[in-house]
Amino acid sequence: MLSTLARHRYRTPGDVAFSALVAITLALVVFVTLYPIYFVVIASMSSPQLVQSGAVWFLPQGISWFGYEQILSDQRIWTGYRNTLLYTVVGTAVNMLVTIPAAYALSRREFVARKPLMFFFAFTMFFNGGLIPTYLLYKEIGLLNNMWVFILPTALNVYNLIIARAFYENSIPEELHEAARLDGANDFQFFALVALPLSKAILSVIMLYYLVQHWNDFFTGLVFIRDYDKQPLQIVLRDILISNSAFAGGAGGAGGTGGGYGQQYADQIKYGVIVVSTLPVVILYPFLQKYFEKGVMIGSVKG
Amino acid sequence: MLLPAITFTALFAYGPMYGIQLAFREFDFAAGLTGGDWVGLKYFVQFFESPQFWSLMRNTVYISLTTLVFGFLAPIGLAILINQVIGLRRKRFTQTATYLPHFISIVVIVGMLQVFLSPSTGLITRFLEFFGVTGVNFLGSTTAFVPVYVLSEVWQHCGWNSIIYLAALSNVDPQLYEAAKIDGANKLQIIRHVDIPALVPTMVILFILTMGGVLNTGFEKIFLMQNTLNLPISEVISTYVYKIGIVGNQFSYSTAIGLFNTVINFAFLVIANQIAKRVSNTSLW
Repeated sequence: MLSTLARHRYRTPGDVAFSALVAITLALVVFVTLYPIYFVVIASMSSPQLVQSGAVWFLPQGISWFGYEQILSDQRIWTGYRNTLLYTVVGTAVNMLVTIPAAYALSRREFVARKPLMFFFAFTMFFNGGLIPTYLLYKEIGLLNNMWVFILPTALNVYNLIIARAFYENSIPEELHEAARLDGANDFQFFALVALPLSKAILSVIMLYYLVQHWNDFFTGLVFIRDYDKQPLQIVLRDILISNSAFAGGAGGAGGTGGGYGQQYADQIKYGVIVVSTLPVVILYPFLQKYFEKGVMIGSVKG
Repeated sequence: MLLPAITFTALFAYGPMYGIQLAFREFDFAAGLTGGDWVGLKYFVQFFESPQFWSLMRNTVYISLTTLVFGFLAPIGLAILINQVIGLRRKRFTQTATYLPHFISIVVIVGMLQVFLSPSTGLITRFLEFFGVTGVNFLGSTTAFVPVYVLSEVWQHCGWNSIIYLAALSNVDPQLYEAAKIDGANKLQIIRHVDIPALVPTMVILFILTMGGVLNTGFEKIFLMQNTLNLPISEVISTYVYKIGIVGNQFSYSTAIGLFNTVINFAFLVIANQIAKRVSNTSLW
């Protein structure tokens, strides 16, 4: 027994070489993934001249907070931040209230209409009315240029519904339901007092998915909102990062007044804006990540 | 408990589907969404005969097929590699690090591409100069557009999409690995004969789902990456629908184009599903 074990532990030179190759490849993959993000952070606080001349590689050089000062004094970013926070918080609350009870109801095996209803929901994942009918419908019901367009149309994400339903189907034992029924609890009481407290993990997953979805939403603002003071952060970001629109302090602008000089500062502001706008998601990341993965795993259980 | 979900879906998903009839009607501002006169297939014919048709189709299919191939294969490779890592903590670190970009917004991704690829001063431009690649304007070129688009897609989503494959690999019966080792298989052979077969069912399901989006090139990212220089390759169906519909107010015409897009996608989904059902007994329904 011992000798067979020892033989299994023995690694051929080929295996060792293979492991080394895997390790090097993965180290490279991790570097390529993380370095651009790291570079944005150090470039946002380095002297723009040094960044542009290629002196900044691994550590910030010639610390300069000019970019952040500009960002902090720019009204558009604060308005965008405030709007996005509002849409994210209200939107996610509505998402949860719509998705979770529906997922629970669809998980009950004795519920006769659950098959056709699942089809009713799932069909919308693969077929939709398209952009223009959607736009005209929103126009008719008054959602154009209205903050609720960020919240109501996306109230239910079918993918999240399926994940939550799979969780309830697989993780709430039928015996629990039986026992509660014997104790005189109806379905609503069972859902509120037993199922919900047992599903904290899935509630976190779904909530996080919705939070990120709202935070990163660019499309809604682009197509359905006209007033700039209602625009979310992503639209403001587009104007600064991609359309190169000028900053309050005069820095930036595609054909900036000072030519190369203006461009340097515009770039530093861009790095700073990326950091400021992505920070909330990245700060949450370490503690979110175990939930995010859980969501994918539950979703992969075919229901 | 289902009432809110049903109401929202009926209104916001099936409502626009009801409005699809606009593709067969003349849009009438006074009569609203469904009040115009019937014109049959007029707008479809107009699209098929328009000078943009072939270039839109070519761009859309080219961009989405390239994304599909690389975006589909890279996560499988990554999952197999991560699965080789010994030690739970190192494995988890690699996994966590590789899917971080998934949560960055598309606007920020395109913004990063712009600063990194800017001619002469961008990080990536400078890096490539070491290797003798000079003078390419990556953002304003018809040849560089698709590689930049696809590589940044892979960079952003490869790690995230590998999670599901890693989950499948962690469910492989350890006895299979033992048996393979006793039979004298080396690591490559184990990957070939144990790991990959274990991934096939997941691969099939995900493949069907991607086929259902074959003409769904990501509107937001392409739209943000577009400029006059790369437009000959970067104008795709979804960006065209936005421009002539929302910006240009040609409602019926753009609805028809959008419907054409949706129907092709749906057909691909159904066909891929039928093939998968025949070949491997795996299917969505």
